Amino acid sequence: MSTDLQMKQAVDLVDNERMSIWRRLTRIQAAQIVLVLIAICIVFSLMAPEAFPTVFNLRSIIVNTSIFAVLGVGGTLVIITAGIDLSIGSVLVFSSVVAAKVMGGMGGTGWGTAIAGVVVATACGAAWGLLNGFLVAKAKVPAFIVTLGTLGMALGLAQVLTGGIDLTDVPGEFVDAVGFGNIFWEVPTLTVISAIVVILGSILLHRTRFGLFTFAVGSNAEACRRVGINVDWQLMMVYVISGACAGFAGILSLAFYQQTTIGGQSMTALTVVAGVVIGGTSLFGGIGSIFGTVIGLLIPVVLQSGFIIIGVEAYWQGVVVGIFLIGAVYLDGLRRTKSQRGSGRKPKHRQVGDGERGTREKDG
Amino acid sequence: MPILEARGIVRTYGQVVALDGCDFDVEAGEVTALIGDNGAGKSTLIKILAGTEPGEGGTIAFFGEEVNITSPHQARSLGIETVYQDLALCPHLDPVNNLFLGREIMRRGLMGALGFMNRRAMREQSIEAFNDLGATVRTLTEPVGTMSGGQKQSIAVARASAWASKIIFLDEPTAALGVVQTHNVLELIKRVRDKGIGVVLISHSMPEVLAVSDDIQVMRRGRRVATYQTADTNIEELVATMTGKFDEGVAA
Repeated sequence: MSTDLQMKQAVDLVDNERMSIWRRLTRIQAAQIVLVLIAICIVFSLMAPEAFPTVFNLRSIIVNTSIFAVLGVGGTLVIITAGIDLSIGSVLVFSSVVAAKVMGGMGGTGWGTAIAGVVVATACGAAWGLLNGFLVAKAKVPAFIVTLGTLGMALGLAQVLTGGIDLTDVPGEFVDAVGFGNIFWEVPTLTVISAIVVILGSILLHRTRFGLFTFAVGSNAEACRRVGINVDWQLMMVYVISGACAGFAGILSLAFYQQTTIGGQSMTALTVVAGVVIGGTSLFGGIGSIFGTVIGLLIPVVLQSGFIIIGVEAYWQGVVVGIFLIGAVYLDGLRRTKSQRGSGRKPKHRQVGDGERGTREKDG
Repeated sequence: MPILEARGIVRTYGQVVALDGCDFDVEAGEVTALIGDNGAGKSTLIKILAGTEPGEGGTIAFFGEEVNITSPHQARSLGIETVYQDLALCPHLDPVNNLFLGREIMRRGLMGALGFMNRRAMREQSIEAFNDLGATVRTLTEPVGTMSGGQKQSIAVARASAWASKIIFLDEPTAALGVVQTHNVLELIKRVRDKGIGVVLISHSMPEVLAVSDDIQVMRRGRRVATYQTADTNIEELVATMTGKFDEGVAA
């Protein structure tokens, strides 16, 4: 009896777009991690009401997250394709070194020089990204190994170019405006620039076909090949974007620190990967958001700032972030097995006559 | 005239001869069952006709004209779609994005050039495509990975039929399904056929083949050994042909 009814099922479109956005919001890990971030902020604010929730502290938190957020845009895209980019810290260093060299060669002052530096740094980063992407997509070397290799190469070449001594050829105007300046009030220019990159990245990822293909390739690359998507090109472009983000972060870092940071970026890639993963992007590909990454990157910075203010040794930050990282991946694993179990369940078809059948059976 | 006539298709893998001069025909508006024991060469034949593997000999005529199908892309441009056993869906994408994967409708003008999609049009056409087949899709906004096997299968079949204008190959579409879901997919297949599309169904289930097909082509050892009208045959005859009982009978 029930089979006859189910034979005649019509398409069932119960939910509308608005409902789905709400459901999507509650489902993504990013929404839960926002609550965690808010909770952390509340705890610190209660423990140090005169020091933590201040404009000064808030400003320093967002400034300290800004450069990581730029890196996180590329990092998120790469991890959504089920890849990884460990080279971003070294690419940042390499790009800032080459940009400093070029800007030094141009005289080291003026906005024209600074703009040349931006272009050179971004192009250097994109070039490293192209190399990563080519080796991952065409040569089929695992992304972990490729980017571990270029991590060493980019840093090594940066050291060769400088003899290991940090360069300081950054135009003063650029440092004042971008590194320390505010757009208005206490809103740092660095953060506004970073926010623009984040917003552009989010639009690219969540609104365009390029973004859709990024998710699709991470979800099922073979299916993409069969429908004619150029998977290799897509992967290469994703790594190019990651590299370009690292290059751009290089020039921002140069503006902020007023020098290259050759020795200071060894943990950068891991910090970014941790932020991406805490923000709900799955290492297995197909799931993720840049918004989540920004939240995931804010958590370590907020913890560090809060620990210093309440007088806990800042070293504890590493311990707590480690717990968050493992917890995030554990939750992702839970979600994945849950959705797989879900697929084995009987479908709950909503259909005309469903209720009637129930009553009839009750009567019988 | 058949839509597609394959003659003398050959394919070898090293020493193994998978297809040994195989013939095959597809008629418009008919469900053709392609049956045979494991290793008979069914999947290889489909792969060659769908362009995912090259043939090594023989000819393929499409509406009477000889064609050389060298890529899945070319097969699709001829109006040939394939539903693979693994469905080739992206589990994290919703049914709309899976239906349109690689064929997204872009917005007009600058926004389209920048890579923005016309989601509303895609959504509306998806509803149409699923309605067309009476496919049961619970929601258009959940990832297909969270759906049941039957729903995934429906989406894969709907995708193929939405784009196929001439032929659909279905490689064991019901192998992983329960009774009700199998029945639903078979109903889908009949609706696709009623649109005038040639449907080729690979299946190991003889009752299913007899229930849904119009004619049955039997493969054995890389060749087509028999073609039956479904109405004129029965399970015993099919199994005997598949396993080669009749060959032995002739030999003896």
